[in-house]
Amino acid sequence: MFEGYVQIAIFVVILVALVKPLGIYLARVFNDERVFLSPVFGPIERGTYRLLRVNPETEGQDWKQYARSLIVFSLLFWILLYLILRTQGIQPFNPEGFHSGPWDLSFNTTSSFITNTNWQFYGGETTLTYFAQMAGLAVQNFVSAAVGIAVVAALIRGIVARSGKSLGNFWHDVVRITLYVLLPISVVGALFLVSQGVIQNLSHATVIHTLAGGTQILAQGPVASQEVIKELGTNGGGFFNVNSAYPFENSSGLTNLFEMLLILMIPAALTYTYGRMVGSQRQGWAIFSAMFALFIIGVVVVYMAEQHGSVAQHAAGLHTTAFHGSTGGNMEGKEQRFGIAGSALWTAVTTVTSCGAVNAAFESLTGIGGAVPFSNLGFSEVVFGGVGTGLYSMLLYVLLAVFIGGLMVGRTPEYLGKKIGAREIKLVSLGVLFTPLAVLLSAGAASATELGKRSLYAGINPTGFSENLYAYLSQANNNGSAWAGYTGFIQPHAPGNVGAYGITFANLLGGAVMVTARFAPILFVLAVAGALAGKKVSPAGLGTMRTDNPTFVFLLIGIVILVGALTFFPAILLGPISNGLTARLF
Amino acid sequence: MAQGLRKDLLTGLIAIIAMTVVLGLVYPLVITGVSQVVFPRAANGSKVSFDGRTVGSHLIGQSFLHPLLKNGKPVKNEEGEQVLVPDKGYFQPRPSATGYSGNVTFFGNAGPNSLELREEIREELAAYLKLNKPYDHSLTRADVPVDAVTQSASGVDPDISEANAQIQAHRIAAVRQIPLSKVEELISQNTDSRSLGVLGEPGVNVLEVNIALDQEAPLK
Repeated sequence: MFEGYVQIAIFVVILVALVKPLGIYLARVFNDERVFLSPVFGPIERGTYRLLRVNPETEGQDWKQYARSLIVFSLLFWILLYLILRTQGIQPFNPEGFHSGPWDLSFNTTSSFITNTNWQFYGGETTLTYFAQMAGLAVQNFVSAAVGIAVVAALIRGIVARSGKSLGNFWHDVVRITLYVLLPISVVGALFLVSQGVIQNLSHATVIHTLAGGTQILAQGPVASQEVIKELGTNGGGFFNVNSAYPFENSSGLTNLFEMLLILMIPAALTYTYGRMVGSQRQGWAIFSAMFALFIIGVVVVYMAEQHGSVAQHAAGLHTTAFHGSTGGNMEGKEQRFGIAGSALWTAVTTVTSCGAVNAAFESLTGIGGAVPFSNLGFSEVVFGGVGTGLYSMLLYVLLAVFIGGLMVGRTPEYLGKKIGAREIKLVSLGVLFTPLAVLLSAGAASATELGKRSLYAGINPTGFSENLYAYLSQANNNGSAWAGYTGFIQPHAPGNVGAYGITFANLLGGAVMVTARFAPILFVLAVAGALAGKKVSPAGLGTMRTDNPTFVFLLIGIVILVGALTFFPAILLGPISNGLTARLF
Repeated sequence: MAQGLRKDLLTGLIAIIAMTVVLGLVYPLVITGVSQVVFPRAANGSKVSFDGRTVGSHLIGQSFLHPLLKNGKPVKNEEGEQVLVPDKGYFQPRPSATGYSGNVTFFGNAGPNSLELREEIREELAAYLKLNKPYDHSLTRADVPVDAVTQSASGVDPDISEANAQIQAHRIAAVRQIPLSKVEELISQNTDSRSLGVLGEPGVNVLEVNIALDQEAPLK
């Protein structure tokens, strides 16, 4: 396992090294300052504002105006994406001649990509035109990421506001984040990925006559341009059904490392941005530390569990110890070029963030290894979390920790000089509890009804329970990874969509959960930002509870674990942990 | 309020069209154009040729099967399809849930406590020993590397572990009637080591090593 830990260490070192430079860069983008790309993109930026008829310098928005712009923008894009998915038959860039899928599948997919979830009931290479992938889904990979980052920028402005109610301007934020952050990194990253073997073309699938005399059809497409933003925006929707396990999406140990860094770099760097904007780097590092501790624990647990191997493998008489020339461990549903370490680290990275791209089959993880993605999602994606969404959700937990800490020492809770009142705590509680509530209600409804059971692949047993619970955990937290046996779409004559039908219950319930669990917390967060923006700052006194020292980091970790564990531990016990603790097969 | 909403709708409408054009068409098409000029081989799937024809992709695994013959005739199953068995003269790739499909991909999704998974691995173990033990009598179940009997994630894993290749080398050498040392040399020439020496796991590229074998000692 030594080589494995070396790889994990390399990843961590590069990630931590990126936090400060990228964090500063993001702060400059949020604060409308010049960055090194300004000479190139400045004219485009100003032209865009003229085109959009907005004047960001004079049009500061209060939280309601900011929220209205955000909702209108997302709703219009929902309609456009749904139309794109419904009109595949008349689209250009459709060499395979795909038709549209069933309407309920389109509803689920549209809701999935608008909300940065990228839950996929469909298989990309068997159902979607290149036009739908590029102009439909990949656009959302940019846009939904920019929206998430914009919300955290607005929240930070609310926290630091000295006067007035302005949280910034939504259109301004979305344009700057897209133009200065997401697009440039994507251009460079896409070309790097192509150089490493990730495909980028518009060709028809290639028919190969194989060396041994068989036939193999290789699906093609504009993969690299979508792959890079899928990771960078913590979206996770694969061009191919098996996502980043497919060599045309993720070709080597090097691309594997690169893509993991893309996933985690913005969520990690935003903590530094936060510290810079509130005027105290220690505040940012305190949040980073809490996130990092929870992340590393998960990495080690999943790596050790996967290296041990699974119950079924041992029962079959397979020796899973590593020896010279063999990785050992649970290689079911994993790729040789990534090995156990590269798959385990990815599994943790993609579930602490709300990315959800996978490079191994989650349903084939060991019981205890599988408990790690469950726990990461159970923490409501605050351990780094999605781009923007992770930090704004974590800041709700910070306010909660300040409140609970204040109760314990018997003082009025305040954060960064602002008193936290009843209204803020009510909004914070709603924001923190909404997603877990959505998970439990939807997963409960699906597991208790015959309609829900139609989606199960593994049957009525702990693995089947995991499939069902994880499906709604993943969709409500806008993650998008899956215990992939869970089915919402049947394609009898693959490929081509002919005769295909959706499991309507799963598609509609999932779609509704994704939309509500994305936008309701955003509204609560913006309302908190609005409430904080109008508050006076009082100087810190002797009795002020510090929020930048190890004590507070421990308190914050404790609150995150407490809320997550109290909500989900019983359910997770019935799923992956049951698998891990029993030697039984079923 | 109503006026603000109207303004948002107008701005939003322009924004979604502009962003769809720039991010959804200009960006991917420019990347495609540049890739086709600068990295044409990689952008089109890293295809490899042998004997003047394209036989596959360096990155995508394929099957090395041939029809089972009985008295010189192909055996058919109940559905009337030819029964295919591993070709002993080729290195065999990892088990696949998809039959090495390059256009319909999915996971096997066998859970960690799955009875079916136990049966599958038992069968794979037995088949692997049956295929290789006649050429290496010291081979036991404990020597079989995990990658040889577990399904990959992609269904088209292009690589096998070095240990897996070492075991199969005995069979290849006997069937192709070439020295074991020659086979081992070809294995090491077609092993992708860890990226930059540290990232990922080394793997023997099955298609490339089989092409090298066909060049070195063609099957009769």
